[in-house]
Amino acid sequence: MVPLSWYMMLSIAVFVIGVFGFLSRRNIIIVFMSIELMLNAVNINLISLSHYLQDMRGQILAFFVIAVAAAEAAIGLAIVIALFRNKATAHVDEVKEMQG
Amino acid sequence: MEQVIMNQLSYPILSTVIFLPVLGALLILITRRSWELLTKWIALGTSILTFIVSLTLFTDFDKSTHKMQFVEKHSWIPNWNINYYLGVDGISILFVLLSALTAILCVLISWNSIKAKVKEFYISILLTTSFMIGVFCSLDFFLFYLFWEAMLIPMFLIIGVWGGPNRIYAAIKFFLYTLVGSVLMLVGIIVLYLYAGKSFDILELMTKNYPYTMQLWLFWAFFAAFAVKVPMWPVHTWLPDAHTEAPTAGSVILAAILIKMGAYGFLRFSLPLFPEASKAMTPAMLTLSVIAIIYGAVICLAQTDLKRLIAYSSVSHMGFVTLGIFALNIQGLEGGILQMLNHGVVTGALFLSVGIVYDRTHSRQIADYGGLATVMPIYAAFFMVFTLASVGLPGTNGFIGEFLILLGGFAANKLAGVLACTGIIIGAGYMLWLYQKIFFMEINKKIIGLPDMDIRETITLVPLIVLVLWIGIYPNSFLSFMHASVQHLLERVNAGGVQEVNIAKTILEVVR
Amino acid sequence: MKLYLLIPFLPLTAFVINILLGKEVLRDKAHWPSILAVVGSFFITITSVLPQAMAGKVINEDLYTWMVSGTFNVTVGFLIDPLTAVMLVVVTTCASLIHIYAVGYMHGDKGYYRFFAYMSLFTFCMLMLVMGNNFMQLYFGWEGVGLCSYFLIGYYFNKKSAADAGKKAFIVNRFGDFGFGIGVFMIFLTFGTLHYAPVFANAAGITGQTVNFLGWNVDLPTLIALLLFCGAVGKSAQVPLHVWLPDAMEGPTPVSALIHAATMVTAGVFMVARCNPIFNLSEIAMNTVAIVGATTSLFTATIAITQNDIKRIIAYSTCSHLGLMFLACGVGAYAAGIFHLYTHAFFKALLFLAAGSVIHAVHTNDIQEMGGLKKYMPITYAVFVIAALSAGGVPGFSGFFSKDEIIWSAYASHSSVGKLVWLMGTAVAFFTPFYTFRLIFLTFHGKYRGGHPEEHGHSAHGSSHGSHQGEHHIHESPKVMTIPLILLAVGAVAAGWVGIPPILGGGAHFAEFLKPVVGHPEFHGTHAEEWGVMGLSTIIALSGIGLAAFFYLRKTDLPEKIAKQFSGIYNILYHKYYIDELYHYTIVKPTLWVADKVIVAITDARIIEGIVNGVPGAIGKFSGNLRKVQTGLAQHYGILMAAGAFFIIALVLLLR
Repeated sequence: MVPLSWYMMLSIAVFVIGVFGFLSRRNIIIVFMSIELMLNAVNINLISLSHYLQDMRGQILAFFVIAVAAAEAAIGLAIVIALFRNKATAHVDEVKEMQG
Repeated sequence: MEQVIMNQLSYPILSTVIFLPVLGALLILITRRSWELLTKWIALGTSILTFIVSLTLFTDFDKSTHKMQFVEKHSWIPNWNINYYLGVDGISILFVLLSALTAILCVLISWNSIKAKVKEFYISILLTTSFMIGVFCSLDFFLFYLFWEAMLIPMFLIIGVWGGPNRIYAAIKFFLYTLVGSVLMLVGIIVLYLYAGKSFDILELMTKNYPYTMQLWLFWAFFAAFAVKVPMWPVHTWLPDAHTEAPTAGSVILAAILIKMGAYGFLRFSLPLFPEASKAMTPAMLTLSVIAIIYGAVICLAQTDLKRLIAYSSVSHMGFVTLGIFALNIQGLEGGILQMLNHGVVTGALFLSVGIVYDRTHSRQIADYGGLATVMPIYAAFFMVFTLASVGLPGTNGFIGEFLILLGGFAANKLAGVLACTGIIIGAGYMLWLYQKIFFMEINKKIIGLPDMDIRETITLVPLIVLVLWIGIYPNSFLSFMHASVQHLLERVNAGGVQEVNIAKTILEVVR
Repeated sequence: MKLYLLIPFLPLTAFVINILLGKEVLRDKAHWPSILAVVGSFFITITSVLPQAMAGKVINEDLYTWMVSGTFNVTVGFLIDPLTAVMLVVVTTCASLIHIYAVGYMHGDKGYYRFFAYMSLFTFCMLMLVMGNNFMQLYFGWEGVGLCSYFLIGYYFNKKSAADAGKKAFIVNRFGDFGFGIGVFMIFLTFGTLHYAPVFANAAGITGQTVNFLGWNVDLPTLIALLLFCGAVGKSAQVPLHVWLPDAMEGPTPVSALIHAATMVTAGVFMVARCNPIFNLSEIAMNTVAIVGATTSLFTATIAITQNDIKRIIAYSTCSHLGLMFLACGVGAYAAGIFHLYTHAFFKALLFLAAGSVIHAVHTNDIQEMGGLKKYMPITYAVFVIAALSAGGVPGFSGFFSKDEIIWSAYASHSSVGKLVWLMGTAVAFFTPFYTFRLIFLTFHGKYRGGHPEEHGHSAHGSSHGSHQGEHHIHESPKVMTIPLILLAVGAVAAGWVGIPPILGGGAHFAEFLKPVVGHPEFHGTHAEEWGVMGLSTIIALSGIGLAAFFYLRKTDLPEKIAKQFSGIYNILYHKYYIDELYHYTIVKPTLWVADKVIVAITDARIIEGIVNGVPGAIGKFSGNLRKVQTGLAQHYGILMAAGAFFIIALVLLLR
């Protein structure tokens, strides 16, 4: 039996990789994938705890997260495509229209 | 809880007076933009109707009591103990009437001079009127604050949309200045609300006694709001800008009503709510008043702009009002209230008069005039009466107010009285200088052939002339409204009698 | 309706009629309402009020309550006692004659109705002033006459000098009224009322009381009296506030005669006499009144010697005579002061109207451009000489009796101040006939020196036509002007006969009549002394006339030589002791400089506006810096979020 803490470790590792990727990569697709990593880290957490606590609600929530992630990926990729068409770039640091 | 006299009339008169202009504004809202004449007539009709309705207050008012009259009270937001609570007493009633009268004059004077966004202009004027009357009638702090702040919005628009070249700066300055003061007052109101066991009822709050330190803090919080509105020195600098840039009607509303609210606030709230603090702060208030009187008068001597000069003269005249109020004796207080009325009539009239020539010449520069008495003799005669009233000549209303204030001020503090008297000398100086530059001497080429006042303009000024002379010759018909209320107010404030205060010492303390 | 109420309100009605209908309806008939009203007031005064006052009946009635505020209560009310009656006679008589004269003088002026409207308003205010039974009404009339004076001095308002002069008169008077107003406040604070009767009845009660006034302990009666006197100094053009009166001659001549000679300027004397119960309590105040009066009298008489403007000479003469009246009041001889006020009204109004007649004919004010007018204007000449003899105090004329009474009272008061002012008054007795006769000789005798067309541009008659006014155009004024002159001349001779002193076989009826109001001073003098004083002043007066004749008839080149010889003194006198310049550079200029360069430029624009605009500026700067945090890069926001989350988690863990 794999102990709960191992799942947690895995989850943290994936999450931190996601955060690092989100903060450090310039390519918007990779940034996007990093966000997906963070979401999946959360999913691992939810499911492992759900099993540990013998409570189905965690798994239900994980499905919601997957659904939201899918929707978010669809919208996000659409934005990326729109951005690429307008700016001919996929680098985040070149998109700073909101600079104050 | 204090006794009040409920409204005995068959209809809620105060609500009618407050909401008739709103009704008119709604009516204008649904008229077609191209029907400008109809818009004007609706505005005129509504304001006249409001005034006629408000005349009932004048005739039916019971002068023998200080109690609130024509009172209406309905529960509004019961959870927070907020009521729709209206009433007038001898201090506020005259301002209700003056506001209603001013609305008519503002509509009349703008008849031809406002050409853009006519609909919106008259809506703004009517809404301002309604909110101003609301301020004077409110007996519930929440309602009061609502009207107090609501009034700023149409006024801001009037200055900012229909004003002169520098209108945006003036409008924002006016708005921010007054808002900063008001917000401090809001804090004060909330403190009172919590301290008094969740009540916004002004009359109920007045019956309570507050700890001295709290009174002191609240006095200054309220002072911030009222001093800006008055405007007292040194927070007066919004006034010249706002007056100068505002259209004629805006200047008139500002001069006649809006800046009265500060002084009214002192009378209605500061004195009865914080009597000990008010008494303790008298030297400071008298000092500020005297500075305002002299400073405002001296600065007028150096003005080149017609409206700016009259605006600064307001600072001086309102200095007299605050001097009278903080003299804390009956002559000073009644003189102060009467002078508020007088200043509304006279300065309002002066701004109306300036508007009349401004429509013809589109110049506010004093140097652009000269010899106008030859070109527009009737206009010159009207302007002379208002000039004399402003100078405080016996027989005009200005004299009665200033005399009572100076008498009261002199009784409270001789030095303050004497110094304030010098303001009268300088006042004569700048007003006569102004009159000479504009009406006397060689005719300036720029004004040759100007038509004299037409019927509409004459009708606008005649009621004010009547008031100038009426108050000047028989002031009792107005003073008699105040006696009971002022007496009551003084009893509240002067539990320990008037104290002799040494202003010089206070100045020295401030300097140190 | 009481009959005496008509006295002030008839002119008020005339004013209202004229101001409403004068321009469009009445036009060149605008004088009718005004004249009818003032003549009506005159007849009521003579037929009803004067006999009642002579019978010793005093009317003191309130018309209505003017102002009530707490214990402060004043009414519009009327007091008619002998003093009021005298003033009423003076005012209505002079006003009637001058109104009639003005019909001729102002004929054809484009502001005809305006002139008569103001004159009526003035008459109303003046009558309210003298008839009031309280200080507030006095103040009402006081300011009201000042206002009309302002209007009428600035009557030719398109002329800058006239507009300036009107303004100057008003503002200088305000300086006096400043003190007067405070005096009224002090009276209210002391007595709790402003009505004459209770104030004067209780006046004696404040003797010796002191009051803290602006940090000093001062004697209460002295303080009140001196404050009130401030107002009189302004209104009656006494040193140092005399500067407005000569300038006031910019107004039409009938105005100068009525307002600036016969009535308004004497209001100060009237007020001092009216308040005699207060003044009597304070020796300091009395001495101040006497010395100010004597100083003014001498001071302005010396200025009058060198002036060339016919009206200004008479104006300085007015100051001088007013000074004599104050001198009389100051030594306690109020009756003598009022007596001089009464005779002065006739001869000085006559002088002005005669001068107006001259100006009407030659269209200039400068006596250096006149001369030899005797043969063209015999009536004017005759009345001018009568007025001058009366003003100069030549025995037999009314001016002599009143002036002699004053000088004798000063001498007989036996205080050192009394003796001092007696000396000054005697000196004045020399100057007065000298400058008056200098004026006559230069105007009516010798050769006509005018006729330069360019000199006529600034004629006092307003209509600035520069046409050639040759000698042959000069003619006597119309009857509507000469008849009032003749009537006034009768007054100038005979008005004083009601007050002939006992020593000359008279009954001193005038002083007896006023005795109930102003009392009678104690005289310390023998008959011989009285004869001596009278003889001395008579000789001095005659020598003044003689010297004037010598200078301006016999040795006409002498005055110029003397002026050259003593050019220093001459220049000081010619420039009126540089008082105007002094005020200009010490009061007017600095005030305007402070207003413009300090208050507007520094205090308001830099300090207050600096703070007002500086606070939003500082907030703006702060937020300007703050907004740099917003880079627009999502990753930066992410870092901040992560850091924030870490911080909060750490905080929660640590604080648990």
